[in-house]
This record gives sequence, C-alpha cells and structure tokens, in this order.
Amino acid sequence: MGVHTIRAGVLAGGLLFPVWSMADWALNMPQGVTDTSQEIFSLHMTILWICVVIGIVVFGVMFWSILAHRKSEGHEPAHFHENTTVEILWTIIPFIILVVMAIPATATLIDMYDTEESDLDIRVTGYQWKWRYDYINDDFGYFSNMATPLDEIYNRDDKGENYLLEVDNPLVIPAGKKVRLLLTANDVIHSWWVPEFGVKKDAIPGFINETWTRVDEPGIYRGQCTELCGRNHGFMPVVVKVVPQEEYDAWVVEQVAAAETERQLTQKDWTLDELMARGEQVYNTACAACHQPDGSGAPPAFPALKGSAIVTEDIPAHLDRVVNGVSGTAMQAFGPQLSEVDLAAVITYERNAWGNNTGEMVTPMQVFEYKSQQ
Amino acid sequence: MSAVIDTHAQDHHHGPAKGITRWLYTTNHKDIGTMYLVFSFAMFLLGGTMAMVIRAELFQPGLQIVEPEFFNQMTTMHGLIMVFGAVMPAFVGLANWMLPMMIGAPDMALPRMNNWSFWLLPCAFLILVSTLFMSGGAPNFGWTFYAPLSTTYGPPSTTFFIFAVHIMGVSSIMGAINVIATILNLRAPGMTLMKMPLFVWTWLITAFLLIAVMPVLAGVVTMMLMDINFGTSFFNAAGGGDPVLFQHVFWFFGHPEVYIMILPAFGAVSHIIPAFARKPLFGYASMVYAVGAIALLSFVVWAHHMFTVGVPLAGELFFMYATMLIAVPTGVKVFNWVATMFRGAMTFEAPMLFAVAFVILFTIGGFSGLMLAIAPADFQYHDTYFVVAHFHYVLVPGAIFGIFASAYFWLPKWTGNMYDETLAKTHFWLSFVGMNLAFFPMHFLGLAGMPRRIPDYALQFADFNMVSSIGAFMFGATQLLFLFIVVKCARGGEKAPAKPWDGAEGLEWTLPSPAPYHTFTTPPEVK
Ligand code: HEC
Ligand code: HEM
Ligand SMILES: [Cu+2]
Ligand SMILES: [Cu+2]
Repeated sequence: MGVHTIRAGVLAGGLLFPVWSMADWALNMPQGVTDTSQEIFSLHMTILWICVVIGIVVFGVMFWSILAHRKSEGHEPAHFHENTTVEILWTIIPFIILVVMAIPATATLIDMYDTEESDLDIRVTGYQWKWRYDYINDDFGYFSNMATPLDEIYNRDDKGENYLLEVDNPLVIPAGKKVRLLLTANDVIHSWWVPEFGVKKDAIPGFINETWTRVDEPGIYRGQCTELCGRNHGFMPVVVKVVPQEEYDAWVVEQVAAAETERQLTQKDWTLDELMARGEQVYNTACAACHQPDGSGAPPAFPALKGSAIVTEDIPAHLDRVVNGVSGTAMQAFGPQLSEVDLAAVITYERNAWGNNTGEMVTPMQVFEYKSQQ
Repeated sequence: MSAVIDTHAQDHHHGPAKGITRWLYTTNHKDIGTMYLVFSFAMFLLGGTMAMVIRAELFQPGLQIVEPEFFNQMTTMHGLIMVFGAVMPAFVGLANWMLPMMIGAPDMALPRMNNWSFWLLPCAFLILVSTLFMSGGAPNFGWTFYAPLSTTYGPPSTTFFIFAVHIMGVSSIMGAINVIATILNLRAPGMTLMKMPLFVWTWLITAFLLIAVMPVLAGVVTMMLMDINFGTSFFNAAGGGDPVLFQHVFWFFGHPEVYIMILPAFGAVSHIIPAFARKPLFGYASMVYAVGAIALLSFVVWAHHMFTVGVPLAGELFFMYATMLIAVPTGVKVFNWVATMFRGAMTFEAPMLFAVAFVILFTIGGFSGLMLAIAPADFQYHDTYFVVAHFHYVLVPGAIFGIFASAYFWLPKWTGNMYDETLAKTHFWLSFVGMNLAFFPMHFLGLAGMPRRIPDYALQFADFNMVSSIGAFMFGATQLLFLFIVVKCARGGEKAPAKPWDGAEGLEWTLPSPAPYHTFTTPPEVK
C-alpha cells in the first residue's frame, strides 16, 4: 500500500470522524421494555432473517449467473423456459414459510388487543399540537406541550439532549400495572407512539380507541405523534414517566389537591398585572403555535391578534371566539380546555399585549358567568 | 373500389403536420406517446426538485430553509406529482408508443380520445401546481389527504386540488379504456391472448385496475368537496360522519394504485432481461397468472395501511394474511426473472443494468413490504421512515428504473439512433449509488423511531439524515444527465438497425428504426 493511500485514508477518517462521533447511528428497532415490545422485536428479527436468507439464495444464484453466464465469458445460452416442478416448488415453499410466520404474529396481535382487566384507565386526547391526559379514575387531567424552546429550533441556541422530545408535563404511570389508554382527538387525527412500549395507536375525532401497556422498569420514555396533523406535527412529543407505585400515589394526591386550588383561584380578586403575567404563560403554551408569540399570526391561515378588531374592541366576541372556538377552523373551543382563570388571563393578556393596550381586564368571575349563561 | 384503396394508400404515407398544431391535434400514437413521456419527465424533475427541498431541510436538525407549513406542502406536492404526474403518465406514454407496435396494430383503437386524455393532464397539473401560489398555500395534508385534516382543516386551495384530481382521473380512465379497446380488438391475426408480449399483458391488467379504482378516488374527493363546500358530514365526526371511512375508501383506491405503478414495469423488464440474456423468458404462463393474482389480491389488502387505526381484531388478521399472500405471486415473478438470467449469455448494456438493478432493489422493497405485512410489527414501523424507505425502494428502482430501462431499450426504435452507451452507464451507476445512499439509511431511521412527514427531528437521527440527503442530491443531479442523453440521442448519433439488441423479440423489432410515422397499416401474421 502506497503512502498516498494511507494519507488519503487518514484524511478521510479525520474528515468523517466528527460526523461519526456525533450520535448513535442506531440501526435496529429498540427491543423495548414491555412484553409487547419484546414480542414485536422478536417477530421483527424473525421476518428480517427470513428475508435475509431468501435474499442470499436468490441474489446468490443471480450474481453467480451474472459472473459466470455472460457472453464475454463465451457462455452459450441455454434454451429452457419452463419447468413445472421448480415452479410449483417455489410457489409452495414461500407459502409454507408465510404460514409458519403468521402463527406467532397472530398470537402477538391477539395479546395486543386484550385490553381487559386494567388497573388504571387514562384518556389520551390529541389536540393540534399537544396531548391531554385525563386520569378518569381520579378526576383530574392536564395538557402536555412540547418544551423545546423556539430558539433551539431556529438554531439560535444550542440544542439540548432531548431536543424535540421533551414536554412540560409528562404522562405519569405506575410501574408494573396494566394501564389502559383510551385514545381520541379533538380536531384531526393524531397517533400516540412510544417505541419502547411497542404501543402506537391513532387518536381519531369521534372515536375512542383502546390500547394498553404494562411497564415494569421505572424511567422516562419518549416518543412522538406519528400521524400528520398539520403545521406542528413534528413538534408534539409524547413523554411518559414510569414511577414506582408509592411515588405514583403521592403524585396523584398532589394533582388532586392542585386541581382543587386551581378551582378556588376563580374566586380570588385579580389585578391586571397578575392576569397579564399568567396570561403570557398561557398564551405561549396554548396560542402562540398559531397566533405567534408576537400576536402577528400567519395570515391567512391564522389571523393576527395584534390590532384585531375583536381583540381590541368587542369583549363578548372575544370571549366567544376563545371559549367556543370557531367551528370548522383550527381555532378550537378553549372553554373546556382551560380553567376560568387561564381563560381570563389569556384574554386580558391579548387585550393588552403587543400594543393592543386597551387597559381592559376580563376577570375569572366574568368568564365563569359567561360560561354558565350558555 | 380501387380508387378508394388508392386514397387510403396516400393517407398512410403523409407525415406529421408541421408546427404546434402537429402536437395539439395529433391522433398519432407515437406523437402522443412522446408527449406523455416528455410531460412525465418534466413532472419528474418538478417533483424531484421538491424532494430536494425536503432533503435540504432535513440535512441537519433544526429549521433552516423552510417553515413547517411549506415543508408539508412540499411533501404533499412531491408525492402527488411523482405518483400522478411522473410515474403514471410515463407508463401511458410507453403504452402509447409500444402497444400498437407490439400487437401489430396501426394505432390505438380510439385515437381522438387519446389526444384528449393527454391534453387533460397538463390542465390538471397546471391547476394543481397553481395552488402553490394561492393564499393559504398548496395542499399540505400529505398525498393521502386524510380527512378531517384535508376537509375541515384544509387550506382554501383544497377545492382546486379536488378539481385537479378529477381531471387526472378522467384522463386515466380514458387512457385505460383505450388500452383495453386496443388490446382486445386490434391484435394481429394469430396473436392469441397467451401469445401476447408481457408488456401488453401487464398493461391490460393495469388498465382494468385503473377502471376499477379511479372512480373510487373520484368518489372520495367528491365526498370531500361536499364536506368542504356544501355542508355535508361524510368525514366530520361532529356532524355524525366518520373520518375512518375516508381511509377505507382512499386505500381501496390506494393499494391497487401502487400496483398500477409497478405492473407495467414488470412487463417491460420481462422483455429486457430475456433480450440481454439471449434466452427466452422463463415461465411465461406463470408470469401472466402471477400478475393476475397480484391484481386480484390487491383489492383485498387495503387495510394493511390502517393497522393502527383500530380495525377490529378479525379484520386485522384478515388483512395481515391477505397481504402476506401477495408475496407469493410476487416471489414467483422474481424467481422467474432470475431463472431467465440463469445459464443465459448475458451482456450488460444500460437497459439490462437498469433491469437487473430493478430486480435486486425491487426485491429489497418487497422484503420490507413483507415485514410491514406482519401486523404487530407494523405497529412499530407504521408512519415512520421505514415506510418511506419501503415505498421508495419499490417506486424509485421499481417504477422509475423500469421506465429508464424501457427508455434505453426502445430509444433506438423511437429515434433511429443509438444513445451514448458510456453516458448511459454513468447515468446508471450514479443513480444506483445515489438512490441507495438516499434511501437505505431511511430503514435505520425508521427503525430507530423517526416519524415520517416531519420537518425537524431529534438529534439521534442526525447522521443518517445527512447521509440520506447527500445521496438524494446525487440522485437528483444525475437525472439531468438522462435529459442530456435523450436529447443527444434524438438529435443524432450512430444509426440504429431495425433490431439493435441480439436477443430482443417481438413485432416492434420487425419495423425499421426509427419506426415510420404510420406502422402496420396491414397487420402482420403471427404464428
Ligand atoms: C391551532 C391553531 C390555533 C390555536 C392554538 C389558537 N388559535 Fe385562535 N384562531 C385560529 C384560527 C384559524 C382563527 C380564525 C378563525 C376564523 O376563521 O374566524 C383564530 C381566531 C382567533 C381569534 C379571533 C381573531 C379575529 O380577529 O378574528 C381570537 C381572539 C383567538 N383566535 C384567540 C386565541 C387564543 C386566546 C388562543 C389560545 C388560548 C388561540 N386563539 C389559539 C387558530 C388558533
Ligand atoms: C428523486 C428522488 C426522491 C427523493 C430524494 C425523495 C424523497 C422523499 C422524502 C424524503 C419523502 C418523505 C417526506 C416526509 O415524509 O417528510 C418522500 C415522500 C414521498 N415520495 Fe419521494 N423521493 C424521491 C422520488 C420519489 C418518486 C420517484 C416517487 C414516486 C413514484 C416518490 C413518491 C413519494 C411519495 C408518494 C411520498 C409520500 C408523500 C407523503 O408523505 O404524503 N418519491 N420522498
Ligand atoms: Cu401529528
Ligand atoms: Cu397497500
């Protein structure tokens, strides 16, 4: 080997090394942490090996012909063009292989469909572009939004370790328990996927789909929405935190109490500044995806709120748009999604932010009355 | 009496009209075939440009070049243009050129309709592409346009998209009727069905598929149109409709559609491999039966695209078994091609290179298809890059390589000149490497968990995405070389004999090269 070759090799290696060392070059499906995911993994490997073996045989014959039976080698063509025995054989053998493959696949599928006898039921609702988790047995629920800042997405900041796969409030479930998930959607079709669990199921408006999982290993597991659901489809991660039973129980008590305090906040006397501060937070998690952080929207799909007539003048219309949404458009009814306090805060915020300075304030009690009149 | 025959004879000797009217008014199958092929290549470049935008955005994590709205428009338009604008018209173009010459007919059976079905296409795509410039942008809901994302939540341009789909559908149905009428009525005396060349067989079956499913597509877009503009609720759950119905109807069209895009390529490759192996096709009859079986089965597998939708267990099992079953006739075809090569005397000119790559890479796409058929495993694969890898392995080296192989194979017949073999081989090798570099890593990305149709991705997917983009740019740029080769060949070059390939068989090779404007005005006798 000449010096040049070695130099070229070192140079290429040096150039490629940074790329090579960046991340994990994962080649295969994760084995996962549930029985389901492991069964799926073994089906995947079986069928993969079947394909590899068939591939070696077929391509083997083919490459051998390509090398040996070429005209330039002086090979004379044979003239056969039929052979009933071979033709029957290569119809029957693949058929048998497939039957053998179908048996374990059927067993796994039956298992995946068995949602009976769960220890815990959680309703998962897909929204454009966030998930809501409702703990049906304990009567509380919350939204789960992506937590990756825009600065990272637009390359103004370094990307964190869990870039695009991090949320504000993960789904929390107890380890070792059979959790049944009831999936539906509020607007378009979404799909809830955690690869490590081997669970993927579509969340469809008007339907309730069922699936289940049992995770023994506590930890944090990440996935994404896998059904195209509009602009921010790539930005609606799924994060599940699996905790030991005791920790889970304590967490539930905390959540129930927090839901109660939240309800009491409606009674409190709020100042404009307090509402503005809270409103800004609500706005950035619930509204900014469409109307943009600076209220400029993305017309014509998403109208600007800055300077909008409804937002600067007509309070009842503003309440109506936010509480009831505009049916047939991406503007959802936020009445059922947000608490009275959050609704009041976000409306107040919109009426005073970005130079909309109306000085007007909408209180949680006003929202409460507006909602009860309907 | 003799006077009548005389005028006829004169008729047959006139050449094409001059200028633009030749193309606007032509009823000549060769002219129309050329227009289809040129149109399809233009669409291939346009759809390819969009793929380049997609791959450029996915070169690195983060949003660099386009916003998510526009990204979604690019994936949607890329898919629609490639499927309806590039692949389908290319095969209709090949059918126009080759079917009459292969069966010894003077022209297509319905020449005026032929003209009309071509000219509808530019109209349809003008409408479709113009949506990019409308307020609210082009369709952004994927080429599968699932409701309610495409109805209640679709951009205002959706109605134009529906109109464009209707026009394309009309064009395809007319094309299919023409193909069936031609094949069933205009075969040379002596050419029984089981003596028809395979390209003719596969196109006959494809045409039946088209007639069966294009109206279903028209139905589903019409329901969308009603939902959007006339207040119905076919797919709107709030009004008592059913979003899943959309998917059933769409895929009832959609699955046969994928076979519409591959069967004619099967046919073409079944001509090319024997020609360059200098040995007759192995298992002609089983090839025909296999295509028939594939076509029939393609109507009962549609829900394999919907394994995660919540189909009841029994349905899930049925569609899994039916899908696995399709692998059997597909396998038979691959085995037959390999057996044809076996003990031949092969040479590897460009058509053969593309045909051999077709067999290898299409088989790889078939393998991943078999994996996707295993319903439990599909829960992990579905809507990830694994699926993107799968369908590009069947579409790019399948449909597109099949078209390239056909083009090189018949270019001497069309133009009367040989193409530049060195350049064509370069085109092949660059396409082959670029294509694999672009699409093989997508298998890994999908298995590792990267969803499809996303403009940005988590950091662990960074490396393979970069490799894939580099491969895609290489593949994309290479296609300009094809344009150059074809133009060069059309303008001159070494003169082609009537039968430039030793082992080629069929009536088309009995004609001089280039094939005269009118051929087989008296039918040949087939023994
Ligand atoms: C999924 C995208 C989306 C989100 C999230 C969203 N909106 Fe909207 N919003 C829209 C669309 C679309 C319209 C226009 C509806 C129409 O056609 O009238 C709209 C309209 C409005 C209007 C009326 C503006 C006008 O001038 O007509 C207000 C007020 C409003 N939204 C407030 C909010 C608030 C407050 C939030 C957060 C709690 C929010 N929106 C979240 C999409 C969204
Ligand atoms: C030029 C080479 C090509 C490249 C680099 C390419 C690249 C891509 C990529 C990256 C996607 C995935 C987009 C996403 O999910 O975000 C995609 C989707 C797709 N491609 Fe291609 N493609 C090429 C050629 C083709 C061809 C020839 C066809 C068809 C015959 C085709 C049909 C499709 C379809 C149907 C989709 C799905 C669109 C959707 O998700 O709605 N592509 N392509
Ligand atoms: Cu989504
Ligand atoms: Cu299918």
